[in-house]
Amino acid sequence: MDRIHNRLEEIVGKDYVSCSAEERFIYSRDQGVQEPSEPDYVVLPATPEEVRDIVLLANEAKIPVVPMGGGLVLSGLTIPLKGGIVLDMKRMNRVLEVNENSHYAVVEAGTSQGMLDAYLRKHHPGLKHSLPDAPPVATIAGNIAIHGSGHLSQSEGGFHSEMVTGLEVVLPTGELVKLGSSSTVPGWFSRAPLPDLAGLFLGWNGTTGVITKVGIKLFPRQAHHDVLIFMTEDVDAAPDILFRVIHTGMAEDINYALSPKPDYLRGFQMIVINVTAHREDELALKIRIIRESLRPYFETKEAGFMPMPPNMKAGLLEVPQKALSKFADVRKGGGFEYVGAIMPLERIPDACRAGMEITERNGITYSLGARIIGRGHSAMFFFAYPFNRADLDEIRRVRSALEETNEASIKLGGIPWKAEAAGQKLILNSMEPATYTLMKKIRTLLDPNGIMNPGNWEV
Amino acid sequence: MQRLRFDPDICLKCDTVDCIMRCQYIHLDQDRAKEEHDRLVRGQMSSILHECVTCYACEEYCPHGNHPFYLIVERQEELGVHPVPKPIEKSQVTMMGPRGKIRRKEVHDPVINMCFFDMMRGGIRGRIFEGVSTIGGPDIFCNLMFLHFARNSTIKERLPVVIENIMKFHLEPSGVNELICYHDECYGTYTSWAPAFGIEVPFKPVHLFDFMLRRMLELKDEIRPLGFTVAYQRPCSSRLCPETDSLIDDLFALIGVQRPNRRYEYDRALCCGGVIDAAQRFDLAEENRRKNVEDMRATGAQYAVFNCPFCFWTLAEPVMKAGMVPIMISDLCLMAFGQ
Repeated sequence: MDRIHNRLEEIVGKDYVSCSAEERFIYSRDQGVQEPSEPDYVVLPATPEEVRDIVLLANEAKIPVVPMGGGLVLSGLTIPLKGGIVLDMKRMNRVLEVNENSHYAVVEAGTSQGMLDAYLRKHHPGLKHSLPDAPPVATIAGNIAIHGSGHLSQSEGGFHSEMVTGLEVVLPTGELVKLGSSSTVPGWFSRAPLPDLAGLFLGWNGTTGVITKVGIKLFPRQAHHDVLIFMTEDVDAAPDILFRVIHTGMAEDINYALSPKPDYLRGFQMIVINVTAHREDELALKIRIIRESLRPYFETKEAGFMPMPPNMKAGLLEVPQKALSKFADVRKGGGFEYVGAIMPLERIPDACRAGMEITERNGITYSLGARIIGRGHSAMFFFAYPFNRADLDEIRRVRSALEETNEASIKLGGIPWKAEAAGQKLILNSMEPATYTLMKKIRTLLDPNGIMNPGNWEV
Repeated sequence: MQRLRFDPDICLKCDTVDCIMRCQYIHLDQDRAKEEHDRLVRGQMSSILHECVTCYACEEYCPHGNHPFYLIVERQEELGVHPVPKPIEKSQVTMMGPRGKIRRKEVHDPVINMCFFDMMRGGIRGRIFEGVSTIGGPDIFCNLMFLHFARNSTIKERLPVVIENIMKFHLEPSGVNELICYHDECYGTYTSWAPAFGIEVPFKPVHLFDFMLRRMLELKDEIRPLGFTVAYQRPCSSRLCPETDSLIDDLFALIGVQRPNRRYEYDRALCCGGVIDAAQRFDLAEENRRKNVEDMRATGAQYAVFNCPFCFWTLAEPVMKAGMVPIMISDLCLMAFGQ
């Protein structure tokens, strides 16, 4: 047993450190197409102080630290590209506070989406948080750290990182800091009016510190729900249809989808509109307003709202959506690449065309779509490519599609989301030099020994 | 291609124009109705083609049996009138299409054809359905629903294959000649639409109500009268076989439930509203549902009974909100057996 292992055991206890081959294998990969890379140690801390001690040890030993939440990012962001310690945060999974009046919750960084949702349903049934369409084991902290989005991103203020009211972070040099209102007064209610230091840890893929606590906004949980699907074959109509629905201000969540499966939906653009309300008559009115907004389309009979049997509707009312998880395994074999690109809404038609061309060229299946963010300020366009992990040729083709998709996204005026290391380089190559330099200064300042998730955001 | 057996002279000489005048959704005076009707008969564009909600009722209203509704659908298709938006129409054509995956299955009398509603097979149970065989799936789906989509052509193309599949894979190898239709739509296909288009049906279609009535008469001693008041939602396809509507009265009498005197009953029954929604006529669909459910509730009905699963899916929620229990006819009858 080596010295670092012993020190890690002293910090977290021997049950929560491993360097066994099995563990190193599991933590060396995710469900995407990135090459595996084994950690030297896997550690599960239970407190911010343990995280701090691990980071101090890593500084001393000059070994990498890779924070990990649910491990579902799919683009290798928690694969330890240069070995070192994978810091699995799942033991830090308590909901610490819910403030009903001020609509926020404070959770430890390993708290999963499912845990917070279940906790709120049980103890605060009038409140909910924005859930991503990921398996429930995805963590709150992991998702905000990659600028994730969810079912309230359209109506309630944008990316999940924008719903953060405060953070507690262990810096790469070991200091434990609070950001937002909790740094100054009791309560995690806001990042304003202080200098917004939370941005130093959002979107950085764990390269600037380890998030240990998150304050996250909560929203009213309405009693009544319905869902509409608007169909058209005209890909170029999508931005205007979306614009019209967004402008009603009546939709909670708006998603766009295009998929070759099932066969009866091939070639159709589907706009899925979720509506919620406190009262039944409010729900009916909202639906009526949304329908009216699209009258010019359905009156021509070139587009229209799809009638749905109750079982189909029930599936679409689920949050998170299970359909995407099912699609993820459509090729069997457990491989799934989910390339996102944040882009303006008007680029959706071209993104669709690009996605179809890329998948056809590479001979892979796909699901394309977009979630509307922040009442149309942008869209999180996704290119989802399922594959069989036992099929090496298919992996090669998906990897090629991933590279082409990243390039296409930038050419389209979008930015790849939670991009893998190569995708990050692509982004950095397109970045203004002054911005690039600022990123470099910040990283150097915060992480002088370069221990935090090296290989990512390499500036 | 099969042609509709339709006599234009009968229509052109018709002064009463019952098909339009009795329609609950098209409101024209007698002269205008005749004018629009005759345009339709002559193959010209008519407002009827746009206003029709495809409720099938005019098939029942025509005193001459001259198939006014099938003619409307023919004309809609010929003249490019799409009652339902084209993407929905196209996706439904694919969704409901044959899969070519049918396999030979031994069956025995009595055989119930679940049509596309295989998901309702769980309802075929209990005393009434003991010992039945069932068949179903997209390869034996009657496709009559495409009357709502102005696509007689789809039915013409698929139905001969459907009939062949039923015979070749199910009935012929088992030496069975009778086919009980779970859904009115199938029964209407084989007893009304197919003869109207000159398509031969080589088996004997039996309406589900007819089968249930026969079975329940055999088991009469086991029936415990339910004593409920039950509103019946008559489906559109029942208009193709109106003679079967009285079987509901017989079934109700047998299980001791009352069919109340509703305003929207028998030949004045209202569409469930599902296809009106599909036609994007949401206000009309909503108004129709409201009138229908209020009419049910006004009778004091405790249950609303359905034969068509699509009607059930469309109306179950408003029926429940109005304080009634939505139930399929098969389940209602099983209740009388304590099941």
